[in-house]
Amino acid sequence: MRTLPPDDPTLTLFSILREDGTADPQQDAFLPRETLLAMYAQMLRIRRIDERMLGKQRQGKVGFYGTITGQEATPVATGLSLSPEDWVFPALREAAVMLVRGFPLSTWLAQVYGNEADILKGRQMPSHQSGRAVNQVAWSSCIGPQIPQAVGAAMAAKARGDRSVSVGFMGDGATSQPDFHAAMTMAGIHRPPVVLICQNNHWSISVPTEKQTASATLAVKAHAYGLRGVRVDGNDVLAVHHVVKEAVDRARDGGGPTFIESLTYRMGPHSSSDDPTRYRSQEEVETWAKRDPIARLERYLRTAEILDDATLEGLEAGIRAELDAALAEVEELGPPARATVFEDVFAALPPHLQRQQAQFLAMPPAQLAHH
Amino acid sequence: MTQKNMVQAINEALRLEMQRDGRVVVLGEDVGKVGGVFRVTQGLWDEFGDDRVIDTPLNEAGIIGTAIGMAAYGMRPVPEIQFADFIYPAFDQIVSEAAKYRYRSGGEYTCPMVIRTPYGGGIKGGAYHSQSPEALFIHTAGLKVVCPSNPYDAKGLLAAAIQDDDPVLFFEPKRVYRAVKMDVPDEAYTLPLGEAKVVRPGEDVTVVAWGAMLYEALSAAETVEAQGISCEVVDLRTLWPLDLESIVRSVEKTGRIVVVHEAPKACGFGAEILQLVTEQSFLHFQAPPARVTGWDTPFPYTLENEYLPLAHRIVPQLIATANY
Ligand SMILES: Cc1ncc(C[n+]2csc(CCOP(=O)(O)OP(=O)(O)O)c2C)c(N)n1
Repeated sequence: MRTLPPDDPTLTLFSILREDGTADPQQDAFLPRETLLAMYAQMLRIRRIDERMLGKQRQGKVGFYGTITGQEATPVATGLSLSPEDWVFPALREAAVMLVRGFPLSTWLAQVYGNEADILKGRQMPSHQSGRAVNQVAWSSCIGPQIPQAVGAAMAAKARGDRSVSVGFMGDGATSQPDFHAAMTMAGIHRPPVVLICQNNHWSISVPTEKQTASATLAVKAHAYGLRGVRVDGNDVLAVHHVVKEAVDRARDGGGPTFIESLTYRMGPHSSSDDPTRYRSQEEVETWAKRDPIARLERYLRTAEILDDATLEGLEAGIRAELDAALAEVEELGPPARATVFEDVFAALPPHLQRQQAQFLAMPPAQLAHH
Repeated sequence: MTQKNMVQAINEALRLEMQRDGRVVVLGEDVGKVGGVFRVTQGLWDEFGDDRVIDTPLNEAGIIGTAIGMAAYGMRPVPEIQFADFIYPAFDQIVSEAAKYRYRSGGEYTCPMVIRTPYGGGIKGGAYHSQSPEALFIHTAGLKVVCPSNPYDAKGLLAAAIQDDDPVLFFEPKRVYRAVKMDVPDEAYTLPLGEAKVVRPGEDVTVVAWGAMLYEALSAAETVEAQGISCEVVDLRTLWPLDLESIVRSVEKTGRIVVVHEAPKACGFGAEILQLVTEQSFLHFQAPPARVTGWDTPFPYTLENEYLPLAHRIVPQLIATANY
C-alpha cells in the first residue's frame, strides 16, 4: 500500500489570500485588476441578492429561499473559469453560477416567485434555477443524482470531440450517497473532461462533516478512484479560482477529471425553514465570520489599492439598482397559465393527458395559496 | 389525555415503544440532536442516546440497508426517510430486500421495521417535497402500508406497526402534522393494522380517502349534504393489507363509490380499490365507480392547488355520482 505524503494536495489546504490582506507571493497569479474587481463585485452581488430575498421570505412574499452566505467564492470563481460552451450541474448552492455567466437576474428571480416569467413554469421550489442559455442543467432537489450526470455529459463531449467541460457540484452530505461513488468510479475509468466540486460547508443540515465520513478529508477520496484530487480553501476566492481554472483547463486539454474539495462554511441557516441555533454554536459561526470570503478579498483589494470607499459605494449602488429593477420587473407577475400543469410531461400531450387537461380547464380555477 | 398534534403523537409513540422495548432504535438524517426536520424525533436522542437514536450520513440506501441488517439480527429499527420524495435511493433495499426477506428465506429471516416518512402536498414543497408514492409499495408484495389521518390514529397505528413482525411503510401526512389537534391518551395503546374506519356515516355515496385528503373528502361531503346528498366517508388508515370488507359493506349500502387520493391517477391505489370492490359488489353499483386524484403529471409548485384533488374538485364528482 502506498502511503500519501502529508503534503499531498488532497490533505493540505491550498490558499493564496492571507489573514493580513496580502497574498502569498509564491501563489498569487496577479490577476488583472478587472478580474479581481469582477470577483469582488459578483460575490457582493450574490450576498445582497440573498439578503434581499431571505427578507422577502421572512415577509411572506416568497415561500422559501436558500441562501449561500459565506459560500460565494466557489460559484463565482467557477463561473469566471468557464467558457460559454461548458456545462454546469449544480447542487443546492450553485444557482448563482448562472448569474456570473450572464444569465438575466430578473428571470433568475422569477424562479423564486414561480410566476409566469419563470422559465421553469413554477414547477420547482425557489432556489432551483436552471437555464439552457448558460448550460446550467435543472437540479431536482434530490441529493446526489446530478454528480454522475455531470460525468455523463463530459463523456458525451469527449465522444463528440467537443471542447466543452462539465462541472458537477455537490455538498459534503452528497458524498455519502451511492451516486457519488458511481460518479467517481465512472470518471476515473473514462477520464472525461469533468470537474467535480464538493463544497464542504461543514454541515449537512444538522449533521457535521465528521459524522458524514470517517475519511481524513473528502478530497483524499479522489485517490481511491484514480482521480486527481485537490483540497482548497473555499473562502479564498483567489485560491478557488486558481484550482478550478487549472482543473477546467486541464480537462479541456484532455488531461482528465479532477475532484475538488472546497472547504467553506454555511454562515446562514440550511434554508429559510431551518434554525441552526439548535445544532451549532454561535462561537463556531463567529470564527467563520472572520474568514468571510468577501471581507477577505476586500482586505486584499484595499491593500493593493484596487478598491476604495468610492468604488465600493459605486458597486453597492449598482447592485441595488440592478436588484430593484429586476424585482420591479417580476415581483408582481401572476402565476403560470393553468394549462401549464400538463405541459412538458412529454414532448407532445398524449391522449390521456389531453382528456385530463380538457377536464381541468373546464373547471373553475383553484384558490392559490399565497406564496 | 392531552390535546396533541400529529408530530407530538408520533413522538410519543416512538418514546413509549423505545421505553417498552430495548430493541427499538431510530435512525435517519437529522433525527438525533435536532430531532428531525419536522421535529418528530425531538427529545429522543436526549433520552436514549447515540446508540438508539442514530444520526446517519446522507444515504438513504445506507439507512434502510443497515436497518434491514439490524432487523434481521433481532432489533426493531424505525428508520426515517426525511421526505417520501427521497425514498428512491433506498428503493432497491425496500423492494428487493426488506419486502422479500421472509419469503426468500422460507420464513427463517424476517425484517420487522417501520420506515416512517412524511408524504404529500399542500405545503408548497414543489416537485420533490410533495409526492405520494404509496402505490409503488403496495404493488410490492411483502410490505404493509399505513397512512394515518389524525394524531390519535397515528399514535396507535405506529405502536402497532413497530410491534408488527413485517416491514411497514408508515406515511405521515405532513400537511396534517401541526394542522390538527385532538385528545390523545398519554399512555401507550395500539390500534390494529388493517382496519378502516367510517368517520362519517351516510346513505348515498361511499367516499374512501386517507391521510391529508380525508379532510378534503369530509369537507366535500359537508358541502353536498346541503344539496341532499349523504356521504359515508371511510378513512382507510391502513392501505395494505386493505380492509376490503368495510368498503364493501358501505358500498352495498350506498351503491356508489368515489376514491380520493393525491397520487397520480394511473395505477394509483384508487384503481386497485375500485377493481376489488367491483369484483365483489358489481351488482350493487348504481353509478360507475369513480376517482378524484392528482393528475398524471409531476407535482407542480405554484399551481399545487390545481394539482391536488381538493374539495372543490371532489364536490362535482360526488354530485355526478349521486345523480348518475
Ligand atoms: C436524496 C435526498 N435525501 C435527503 C434530502 C433532504 N436534504 C436536503 S438538503 C440536505 C443536506 C444536504 O447537505 P450537503 O450535501 O452537505 O449540502 P449543503 O446543504 O450543506 O449545501 C438534506 C438531507 C434530499 N434533498 N435528497
